Amino acid sequence: MKTEAAAVPSLPARGEGQAFPVAVICLVILVVWYIAAIPMNWVVTESKIAAAGGGAADILYYSWNEQRPVIPAPHQIMMELWNAVFMVKPWAVKSLLYHGWVTLSSTLLGFVLGSLFGIALAIAIVHSTFLSKSLMPWIVASQTIPILAIAPMVIVVLGSLGFTGLLPKSLISMYLCFFPVTIGMVKGLTSPDPMQLDLMRTYNASASDVLWKLRFPSSVPFLFTSLKVAVAIALTGAIVGELPTGAVAGIGARLLQGSYYGQTVQIWAALFMGSFLAAGLVWLVGVAERIVLKRMGARP
Amino acid sequence: MTAAAVIEARDVSLTFQTADGPVYALSKVNLTVTEGEFVSFIGPSGCGKTTLLRVIADLEQATDGRISVNGMSPQDARLKRAYGYVFQAPALYPWRTVERNVALPLEIMGLDDAAGRIRRNLELVNLAGFEKKFPWQLSGGMQQRVSIARALAFDPKLLLMDEPFGALDEIVRDKLNQQLLELWDRTGKTVVFVTHSIPEAVFLSTRIVVMSPRPGRIIDIIETNFPRTRTLDMRETPEFLAVAHRVREGLKAGHSYED
Ligand SMILES: Nc1ncnc2c1ncn2[C@@H]1O[C@H](COP(=O)(O)OP(=O)(O)OP(=O)(O)O)[C@@H](O)[C@H]1O
Ligand SMILES: [Mg+2]
Repeated sequence: MKTEAAAVPSLPARGEGQAFPVAVICLVILVVWYIAAIPMNWVVTESKIAAAGGGAADILYYSWNEQRPVIPAPHQIMMELWNAVFMVKPWAVKSLLYHGWVTLSSTLLGFVLGSLFGIALAIAIVHSTFLSKSLMPWIVASQTIPILAIAPMVIVVLGSLGFTGLLPKSLISMYLCFFPVTIGMVKGLTSPDPMQLDLMRTYNASASDVLWKLRFPSSVPFLFTSLKVAVAIALTGAIVGELPTGAVAGIGARLLQGSYYGQTVQIWAALFMGSFLAAGLVWLVGVAERIVLKRMGARP
Repeated sequence: MTAAAVIEARDVSLTFQTADGPVYALSKVNLTVTEGEFVSFIGPSGCGKTTLLRVIADLEQATDGRISVNGMSPQDARLKRAYGYVFQAPALYPWRTVERNVALPLEIMGLDDAAGRIRRNLELVNLAGFEKKFPWQLSGGMQQRVSIARALAFDPKLLLMDEPFGALDEIVRDKLNQQLLELWDRTGKTVVFVTHSIPEAVFLSTRIVVMSPRPGRIIDIIETNFPRTRTLDMRETPEFLAVAHRVREGLKAGHSYED
């Protein structure tokens, strides 16, 4: 007789033994970056280098320390980050912590709304073939609309209705991030095997019992996988939401101002801040995933 | 007063429509199971044992014929939670501990004394002390015993068991066979039991239903006429061997039909 091993979600592998490869890649990127900065900055540095004598030391100095370079050297970005994070008060307009927080707050709100909406949509889809047939094309279509094109409209329309600040940005964030959650959850909620579902039938279990005692627990590993994608997308959405309003605060606003004034170092510092935020958020979701799956008896 | 019929099947047929054409899983099955009986289905793989059990349980619907469970349609019986079903595989919920797996039907049916029911049934299948373990920490046989405890937890009067001991070694199987017999004798439950093993079928049953594949049908029904209380030594008696022989002959006849 066949015994099907019950599908036990095992904990995702921790990043052990990855430090070395990651460090090597980082090093390679840094080297390439420093080398590439020389030709890329040539248009702005050429005359200064020539004036200073044109030696190798001059080339390196001016290529890597230009005030408004085409591409800043990594240490310039790090200095800018350091200054904008630690050398100014967190609530100052120059502080990246402040801008980071502005973006983070709309990201988090958008992420929570988007996840809840995504889960609710998936539950509806799983319970009704009519909804799954009628909603799915709309959901997919919603993601084909370029967000940069509709973001200004959303912001303007909501603004005229009196909604400004956090909410419009969060809505754009939510709009982008519900999709992976819905797709992942539809898959997760339909993942119980037929025997586990038949068992519920033999108990004459209600739809809500089947949902909460079987479908939802089965879907948790799928949920976290989608949440990791969703939280990164939510951050993108929040940044995109800051662009069309001419917002004065937020990572997106910093990017925009940087490009107005040709402050490439500032742009890159804001970009890095955004990446750190994204990495931190994904990491946090990963931590939550480990805790939850452990509680649910996953193999260590 | 004669015992009431728990299951009554009249000319029950079931044909699966598949991409490769129809599969005649059951053909004109006639069977009556009365209260307190222990009926085994035996037959080669693919002869429709699981399908017949699933029709009784309303997990599958007959395409022809009539079937009643407790005098009502299988669906009504299922809605009244008339039976406990043990699947061919344990089908435990991996995120629930052993005790919470056994608690599942109790939660859904809102039954009282959950703690007592869990303790008694885990003791019955010799799993006291494993309450807090998760399924992956148990062997396949232990998992199957949990699934039996889960089926017994809400004390159904009818037990439908699909090869519950198929994955177990001989010793444990003997032991559980005996415990199942004691439980059956003590509680007067009706048991419908699927097996591949002739000795198991003869040892446990009041009646043995011999089935044959393509199309799935009943070719013989054998009364064992042993006393309700039995011991394992009974398996060496001539009466036991005679019944086992008849079952084996029936199975052979079913096979030769195929060739
Ligand atoms: N859902 C289904 N769809 C199509 N065919 C099916 C389905 N379920 C069972 N069958 C077919 O019906 C026949 C009987 O299957 P069934 O599972 O009842 O056999 P079984 O006697 O329980 O076999 P085993 O001893 O291997 O468990 C088989 O030929 C099988 O392929
Ligand atoms: Mg079977």
